[in-house]
Amino acid sequence: MSITVDRKKLSFLERTYIPQIIGGLYITFRNMFKKKVTLSYPDQRPTLPPGYRGAPTLVKDGDGREKCVSCQLCEFICPSKAIRVTPGEIAPDGKYSFIEKAPKAFEINMLRCIFCGMCQEVCPEKAIVLQNEFSLTGLSRAEMVRDKAALYAAGGTMPDKIKKWSRVKSNAELERGDH
Amino acid sequence: MYSNNLILFAAAGAEVSSVWDSVLNAILMILFSLIAIVVVMTFAGLSVVAERKVCAFMQGRYGPNRTAIPWVAAVPGVGGILRSFGLMQLVADALKFLLKEDPLPNHVNKPWYLAAPAIALTPVLTVACLIPCGVIYTDSGKIPMAVADVDLSLILALAIGSLGAYGAVIAGWASNSKYPYFGGVRASAQMISYELTMGICALTVAIWVAPITGKPFSLFSIADSQSGAMWLCITQPLTAFLFLVALFAETNRLPFDMAESETDLVSGFHTEYGSFKFGLFFVGEYGHVAVASALFATLFLGGWNPLPGLSWPADWGWISSVLCVLTFLVKVAAMIFFFIWVRWSVPRFRYDQVMRLGWQCLVPLALANFVFYIILRAAIA
Repeated sequence: MSITVDRKKLSFLERTYIPQIIGGLYITFRNMFKKKVTLSYPDQRPTLPPGYRGAPTLVKDGDGREKCVSCQLCEFICPSKAIRVTPGEIAPDGKYSFIEKAPKAFEINMLRCIFCGMCQEVCPEKAIVLQNEFSLTGLSRAEMVRDKAALYAAGGTMPDKIKKWSRVKSNAELERGDH
Repeated sequence: MYSNNLILFAAAGAEVSSVWDSVLNAILMILFSLIAIVVVMTFAGLSVVAERKVCAFMQGRYGPNRTAIPWVAAVPGVGGILRSFGLMQLVADALKFLLKEDPLPNHVNKPWYLAAPAIALTPVLTVACLIPCGVIYTDSGKIPMAVADVDLSLILALAIGSLGAYGAVIAGWASNSKYPYFGGVRASAQMISYELTMGICALTVAIWVAPITGKPFSLFSIADSQSGAMWLCITQPLTAFLFLVALFAETNRLPFDMAESETDLVSGFHTEYGSFKFGLFFVGEYGHVAVASALFATLFLGGWNPLPGLSWPADWGWISSVLCVLTFLVKVAAMIFFFIWVRWSVPRFRYDQVMRLGWQCLVPLALANFVFYIILRAAIA
């Protein structure tokens, strides 16, 4: 069954629009005294939500060991080809020599990076993390390519819950085949 | 006016010699005109800032509060206030208009294209000279504080003020481009329609004050008739309202933004203008708002009187005159705020709605109102 909805006839006052205009004026006037929604940006900083994807950084674990094992997965997954990892050896006499590889050089070109976070997702070591930094500026292109030192400086430390590289036995014991 | 200047000059303590009378008079005339122009320009500039600030506040923003002139901004206290109130933005805007490249399009009608901005601005500054912003009490009576106190200043103000439409029309035609052309056509149609209402409202006021004062068409007499008496916006609320609506249309302010109508005509009549020439249109528009506010304050808001039924006492001398001017400026500022307030509250009318409102509502209402007040006046008399 179809229902015909009656159109409400406008009253005389409504047809003059004057009450509506006065109502609008009242609203705009009230708005003048409300709290401003604008964030005065460089002076005030926004509160970033958890899980914010800012600039990718490299992090160290609780012992100060660099987590990256230079598997280069981030380099290969990076859709904008912003990452360049140069794998290197870990010195054989070090505590973590059994990890075998660490990046000799690690560069992220922040002019190419699109903050997609795929490097973070793909990283098996949770070594590359997108953190809260979102305002990146530089005066030259070279300045915008962040090298390893800059990436670690921006990243800081991020301890793991499971310490898979903290071995109880020494390398020598392992080589003897004691396990 | 001649004698007024001399009295002013004598009040300043100088000896008036008959030889130098005319020279002095001319110099004073030019000086007063310059002051009037400076005041209108200042008000126009300040209303640009006010517009940006008020609209920002109404939209929950801060508006311009960063622009700083290095040396001025460093002044403690004042510099910070100037900065946060956006007053230095004014200087930046003006400099931008002055320093931008000033291209002359190839397809325009050059003489008229160049003349249009000046034609748009000149009437505004001329009308400003007619408006009495206060009164000087002397032993011989009241002297209006206006550059040109003409007996028919109301008619003259309306006549010259409406010449401003030619700025838009000529700009629209000389630009030789379709959007400006539409803007110009709309501006002319709107001006003609709403001038009628304005004229009838002005006549209603003149009829009303005619028995009180000898010069019903003098702005000074109209304002003076309201000192110590009811203001005309109280005795004639409908006239005031109709006049106000017509003023909005005359100044091309929203909701009657036909000449510019940026939503459908790019930028209307000044689409082809840039840099300083656009700046002249811009200043002209805001000057028009300031002058319209002053006109409304003079006609309906009691001019320089602080409250209905109250006026600054004559025996206070020059203090009273200063208070008069301040009162008047406050009223003008309040009216400018009202213009801005309405602009950011009410959406724009369609062109046909503007025409319908003008011819089918405002003109008949204004005529009926006119007849009503004639009868009322006759009944009282």
